[in-house]
Amino acid sequence: MSKYYLNYLDELEAEAIYILREVDALFQNPVILFSGGKDSILTTQLARKAFQPGKIPFPLLHVDTGHNFPETIEFRDKLVRELAVELIVGSVQRSIDEGRATEERGLHASRNELQIVTLLDTLESEGIDCAIGGGRRDEEKARAKERIFSHRDAFGQWDPKNQRPELWNLFNAHHQPGEHFRVFPISNWTEMDVWNYILREQIELPSLYFAHKRQVIYRQKSWIPYSEYIQLRSDEKVVEKQIRFRTLGDITITGGIESEADTLEKIVLEVAAMRQTERGNRSDDKRSDSSMEDRKRQGYF
Amino acid sequence: MLQTNQLLRFTTAGSVDDGKSTLIGRLLYDSKSIFEDQLDAVLKTSKRRGKAEVDLALFTDGLRDERKQGITIDVAYRYFTTPKRKFIIADTPGHVQYTRNMVTGASLANAAIILIDARKGVIEQTRRHTYIASLLGIGHILVCVNKMDLVDFQESVFNEVVDEFEAMSSKMLIRDVQYIPISALLGDNVVERSSNMDWYDGSPLLHTLETLHLSSDINKINTRFPVQTIIRPNTDFRGYAGRLASGILRLGDEIVALPSGFQSRIKEIWGPTGKLEEAFAPMSITLTLDEELDISRGDLIARVNNQPQCVQEFDAMLCWLGNQTAKPGTKYDILHTTNMQKALIHKMIYKFDVQKLERNQSDLSLNMNDIARVQMRTTRPLMTDSFQENHQTGSFVLVENASNNTVAAGLVL
Repeated sequence: MSKYYLNYLDELEAEAIYILREVDALFQNPVILFSGGKDSILTTQLARKAFQPGKIPFPLLHVDTGHNFPETIEFRDKLVRELAVELIVGSVQRSIDEGRATEERGLHASRNELQIVTLLDTLESEGIDCAIGGGRRDEEKARAKERIFSHRDAFGQWDPKNQRPELWNLFNAHHQPGEHFRVFPISNWTEMDVWNYILREQIELPSLYFAHKRQVIYRQKSWIPYSEYIQLRSDEKVVEKQIRFRTLGDITITGGIESEADTLEKIVLEVAAMRQTERGNRSDDKRSDSSMEDRKRQGYF
Repeated sequence: MLQTNQLLRFTTAGSVDDGKSTLIGRLLYDSKSIFEDQLDAVLKTSKRRGKAEVDLALFTDGLRDERKQGITIDVAYRYFTTPKRKFIIADTPGHVQYTRNMVTGASLANAAIILIDARKGVIEQTRRHTYIASLLGIGHILVCVNKMDLVDFQESVFNEVVDEFEAMSSKMLIRDVQYIPISALLGDNVVERSSNMDWYDGSPLLHTLETLHLSSDINKINTRFPVQTIIRPNTDFRGYAGRLASGILRLGDEIVALPSGFQSRIKEIWGPTGKLEEAFAPMSITLTLDEELDISRGDLIARVNNQPQCVQEFDAMLCWLGNQTAKPGTKYDILHTTNMQKALIHKMIYKFDVQKLERNQSDLSLNMNDIARVQMRTTRPLMTDSFQENHQTGSFVLVENASNNTVAAGLVL
């Protein structure tokens, strides 16, 4: 006899699929924000399931900082081919060249904040009314209060004090021309849920997530990959370590952790035993206690 | 975690000083859901504010303004996992003006924790919270009598609060109530059993949450499938995609599409991993039928011999969430399942005073945080069940056209 209840992963999956289908029904021109990180890969795979046997009805939008891990770009292009979806690339370098964004200077310079300009410009020029993101509420305090359907005004800004109430599974997608929505289908997943699901479904990930040897420097309590974009301080040394990444972002600010976990099974065990949140290795979040909230208000992912 | 583990959503309600944030902090902390870097950040802040111990409440304060004011102003979602279940907490503020947040947080909850200060007993806010929990059909109410440490862990104090609560809630529709004496600050009966209250022979809060019976919370009898979108990769495949709101569907079942009334049989059921023999709520699936019917988003598929009502006029309880006073006779967009139509409040019947728990027919203006019984009218039929029978097909929201804001939550009577 069947038992008529879903386990927690099936329930999260059913909810995410429902949300993705609502996006398809309620918006004219939605995209999936694709960073090459595990959360955006998961979101893309859930979209594949939501619309099978058809293909994903949204393009992927990648905001390219120009400071990429080559592995990420390789993975992105392969996935786009396999799923036969359109890829839109917004280039931070172009925003800089056109004078829309100004490169940060100094040791901790990163292109993280500059992504906001490129993202909002791309959404506007492409006429995108909904950007689907892989954000999760367990990631960070400011995200814990964000709606699943999160409204952005004509300047792309989030107003955390004036969010629409979100009840049951009834999502209000009403908006004026020029405004858009960010929609987060995996809002209710935790890092552990994501890994358990990736393991269960055997979802392919970029090799960067698995333990590998790499040239790194030790900065702000984590191992930052040594690349052509890094300026060394006098006391910093390039060393080789066996590391893996817990999140993937701009190569200049994504710190790795020392790890032996070279399979999905080992990663799940490692994450389960881990005592640091995954964003703990992102130097962009360390600037201040409210830095994520400030970036989100301006239009960050 | 085991493959059979379920997901439990619960909401917490309490007034500012009931220790709600402390209780949640305690649950997260004692279930080891707090990471080192989060703990470091909170320790730093606690120290800066001159507190000797970790201020557990800081774990749940989200936005910067709230951190400054030290109060919670909006629904925040928290997550933790034990070897038995995954939990989602909808953490809602308790002030008078935030009935709207409570309603929002309670809308998907399987259980509600009602916090009562042992020294104060049942107060106005307790009444309001309990009423909203019963109105929104939350299946399980856990009454936590907090701050037992401040009344010397006396059984008699606890019993008095229980009696008061029983008397207060006797007229409400509540399926399951449990009472737990706790001290969120010290951890008594939250995760670990208290050694200070041997007279209490029930379970600590966490164990209670881990073992609540959930499987009956979803209606498995009345099959309702609101169509979300059509999947049409080629001319040979026409799939109706949606999330089963309630009930069960099997291959070959005779179905009716509403409001058209066309009938057909289920040919295929596609689940997330491929074709299935049967599906049940709340699965997201795609159906194909023997005949190609003209079905679109907003239509509802049900069994031929078990159909919802098709109505254009119905009574409902409305919780007003908008800044502007409700305008009876004005058109709003009504969102109901996957259907959107125009609707208006045809008649105000009475307002319900959530402080006194009584009807008010003299003042019928509906303002933010008010709850009222109304008669609704829609331009086209909605396929509804009463909210008590079916939360999915019995709930709706109203959207104001000028502002695009969600201004009301409604429950079909």
